[in-house]
Amino acid sequence: MSQDQSLQGRKIIIHDMCLRDGMHAKREQMSIAQMVSVATALDDAGVPLIQVTHGAGLGGNSLQHGFALHSNEEYLQAVVPKMKQAKVSVLLIPGLGTMKELQSAYDCGARSVHVATHCTEADTSPQHIAFARKLGMDTSGFLMMAHLNTPDKLAQQGKLMESYGAQTIYITDSAGYMLPADVKSRVAALRAVLKPETEIGFHGHHNLGMGVANSIAAIEEGASRIDASVAGLGAGAGNTPLEVFVAVCERMGIETGCDLFKLMDMAEDIVVPLMEHMVRVDRASLTLGYAGVYSTFLLHAKRASERFGIPTRDILVELGRQKMIGGQEDMIVDTAMTMAKERGLLQDVTA
Amino acid sequence: MKKIKCALIGSGNIGTDLIYKIQRSTILEPVWMVGIDPESEGLARARGMGLKTTSAGVDGLLPHVLADGIQIAFDATSAYVHAENSRKLNELGVLMIDLTPAAIGPLCVPTVNLREQADKGEMNVNMISCAGQATIPIVYAVSRIQGVEYAEIIASLSSVSIGPGTRANLDEFTYTTSNAIKVVGGARKGKALAIINPAEPPMLMRNTIYCLTDETPDQAKITESILKMITEVQKYVPGYRLVNGPIFDGNKVSVFMEVAGLGDYLPRYAGNLDIMTAAATRTAEMFAEQILAGKLTLTPKLTPNLTATEIA
Repeated sequence: MSQDQSLQGRKIIIHDMCLRDGMHAKREQMSIAQMVSVATALDDAGVPLIQVTHGAGLGGNSLQHGFALHSNEEYLQAVVPKMKQAKVSVLLIPGLGTMKELQSAYDCGARSVHVATHCTEADTSPQHIAFARKLGMDTSGFLMMAHLNTPDKLAQQGKLMESYGAQTIYITDSAGYMLPADVKSRVAALRAVLKPETEIGFHGHHNLGMGVANSIAAIEEGASRIDASVAGLGAGAGNTPLEVFVAVCERMGIETGCDLFKLMDMAEDIVVPLMEHMVRVDRASLTLGYAGVYSTFLLHAKRASERFGIPTRDILVELGRQKMIGGQEDMIVDTAMTMAKERGLLQDVTA
Repeated sequence: MKKIKCALIGSGNIGTDLIYKIQRSTILEPVWMVGIDPESEGLARARGMGLKTTSAGVDGLLPHVLADGIQIAFDATSAYVHAENSRKLNELGVLMIDLTPAAIGPLCVPTVNLREQADKGEMNVNMISCAGQATIPIVYAVSRIQGVEYAEIIASLSSVSIGPGTRANLDEFTYTTSNAIKVVGGARKGKALAIINPAEPPMLMRNTIYCLTDETPDQAKITESILKMITEVQKYVPGYRLVNGPIFDGNKVSVFMEVAGLGDYLPRYAGNLDIMTAAATRTAEMFAEQILAGKLTLTPKLTPNLTATEIA
């Protein structure tokens, strides 16, 4: 049996990331009008789940992660009432966001949540996952930087999140580092330990150009939820480009319930025009994928590069070497300053 | 020289490390360690170091408090049992130093407001959190020079140094530390972020402090104030070190710190735990100095013993 036939008729749920991961690519500067225009086009194209928050999720507004133009509540209150069929979701990273903020997002109409931890730290999420379930939200455990954990250990982390109440476990390729074989081994390991009713999701970044191929590989091993964003609007070289992924699904007979032509049109007419820079594989974003660095570090590293005179690529490679993880954006300036001192470009205040 | 006798409640990592810190003090003496598991490694180690031990919880200690002259207790158990532990020991005139997130007493950072608490004769002081101890001195070093509208701290902790209690209750850590940035640090708004990094070998504790000042920051004065504060903290945490900064962008002041532990019971990378035990020991010493100088007499503090039905 060929692969095309084996996936024929498989139903998957697409979750758009333009208005959350895409906030990173917009330096969190997205207007309410832009949010509403993207969200209503996604809703009209049949995308069932749309994530809407600051790029770093609930509690993300900070000096560390940047202040968005509006609060998460203001964005949610603008988008949710306009939705005809789509459900709106949020991101919550424990240590940054709290249950108070989740309650507030729920009160504004969010009905699904990615509760995200680093791929080895699932046990920082029990309160938040349990609380999301108590609210009746569609709850996913989201294991970030999943390339940094082995398939078996990742599966144990997923099992923990399932035990707290997560209904879907995501393998999150935050660095866009994985290749299809890496994805397959991790989905298979999760599938082997999770309850049959627990879904598996894959969230890709396109830093090595593998977003679509990795998502298909995940589906082949039993994943049923795929995160993507129209025109790839997301951190680094962007997320799995949603309209490309839907086109491939149509060719393979995978059912997404989305209208391909509407998605193609909105990518071209709505999303690309609002990009501040072309979200694509370039020297810096390719470095993220190659070195296994958190995609959100991209624009921070570019700014540190301009300020301290250290090439972006050097900073990113050093961050990868030091095994910095998502949330450690402060260490980008710190690392650039340390490198600048070593290269005689900066003097120590105590010197 | 006369020493003030101490009891340690909780025989885990923090309690065990405290034995070393207190033994090193010239005015404190660890006498009792309290646990709840007779097989615990911490209790066995404490016995080996010459302490009396009980595995019957705080109730196992109470009959010995007066006879053994215990005047200061350190609670390194959990927020859930702290209030009861504190009530029982306060009734016997024992001062409680709280290393749990319970925070029923005033929040204390030795270099910022300890003198004030000691002068007031508080019977329970709370040590906030490791991130609080590592960052609030810097926030205060800025706010004592000029008004701080908002302060934000990011604590990066090695995965192996974070126990199950903190992991399961990260929101409490966030709330307690955010509040202390305001109440003790002097910022009008505070936000705390925690990152747990699993890198091997384990990374040292890192802390970044951002302050937004009301007016254009006075760079020279703020830098001087921060460097002075670091010297003060180094008196009890020698591994407290400025890595980069302060740097100034408009009204934003950024400071990048590192904390290496002393490597007593806990490894050097666990600077986050070390700064808690060191701050708690420093706090006890300040009270002990007052007691020994005859300026402070601890008196039994009677609080109504609530029954279960009254609490409900």
